[in-house]
Amino acid sequence: MYGLSQLQRQLAEFTSSLFDEGFLDDQFNELQQLQDESNPEFVVEVVTLFFEDAERVLNELANTLALDNIDFKRVDAHVHQLKGSSSSIGAQRVQKVCIAFRNYCEEQNVEGCLKTLQEIKQECSLMKSKFETLFKMEQQVFACRRLG
Amino acid sequence: MAMALETQFHVLAVDDSLIDRMLIERLLKTSSFNVTTVDSATKALKFLGLVEDELRNFESSVASEIHQDVVDVNLIITDYCMPGMTGYDLLRKIKESKSLKNIPVVIMSSENVPSRINRCLEEGAEEFFLKPVQQADVNKLKPHLMKSKSKEENEESLKNKRKDMEEIYSPNKTRLRCSS
Repeated sequence: MYGLSQLQRQLAEFTSSLFDEGFLDDQFNELQQLQDESNPEFVVEVVTLFFEDAERVLNELANTLALDNIDFKRVDAHVHQLKGSSSSIGAQRVQKVCIAFRNYCEEQNVEGCLKTLQEIKQECSLMKSKFETLFKMEQQVFACRRLG
Repeated sequence: MAMALETQFHVLAVDDSLIDRMLIERLLKTSSFNVTTVDSATKALKFLGLVEDELRNFESSVASEIHQDVVDVNLIITDYCMPGMTGYDLLRKIKESKSLKNIPVVIMSSENVPSRINRCLEEGAEEFFLKPVQQADVNKLKPHLMKSKSKEENEESLKNKRKDMEEIYSPNKTRLRCSS
């Protein structure tokens, strides 16, 4: 059973790694600043919403790209949305892949789009598990603090 | 005895993205603004009472005044890229409206397009924020609101001064006036 300071150090190190590895950027700090006693779950709420939204958009994208006559404007609109929301929460790697996707979209390169779609799915999945770990660690710190 | 009044400014935030609405709402509330969020420019116009004016199909200053009393918005902050009516269209409609044109409008966009920025500023937007909008951006809003507020107050006091002057110095009017 870890003590508080160990849990805090673990949390700090993990958070640092997320920034170092480019998963998160400064915008995530801004998000955390908006959380306080009056809105203690703000970050979790926004992040949860992001992944719900992302799942919907990724499904839409898969469907739109599966059609015979691909509406690239529509595809681009979806990716633009995902790029925006990932940028808003500081999910940097997801945002970057979205930018790459949009380039393929502009070229109307179906293969490129399909390949990048898979990449976006992977990045989202990875980001999600990172967040789950982060939130779990935060909960542990919080619980330990309450007991101590 | 001077009373310190806490001016609570009311901001209308327009964005089709739920996450961005959550963000801007938190940012604004942290700065002690009252916030109303809507997810489209059309809903914004409805909230501002402008749709009512258009339905009547003439510049009804009476109708606008009524709406001004009921809906008191001190600043509008809107996303640029929205399906249907864009933030730019919304900006234009507001600036074309007699009742709303003095409300400061701020545009937000995820895309850094200089021609877009210039267009918005030329159309009367006070500021153009690049997304993601941050605390530092929101901190820039208060001066625009204070400027509007003091401009409003100056116009009011100027109007009243003029009225007073007319009453004192008008030679043809009788002292006693009947209130209508």
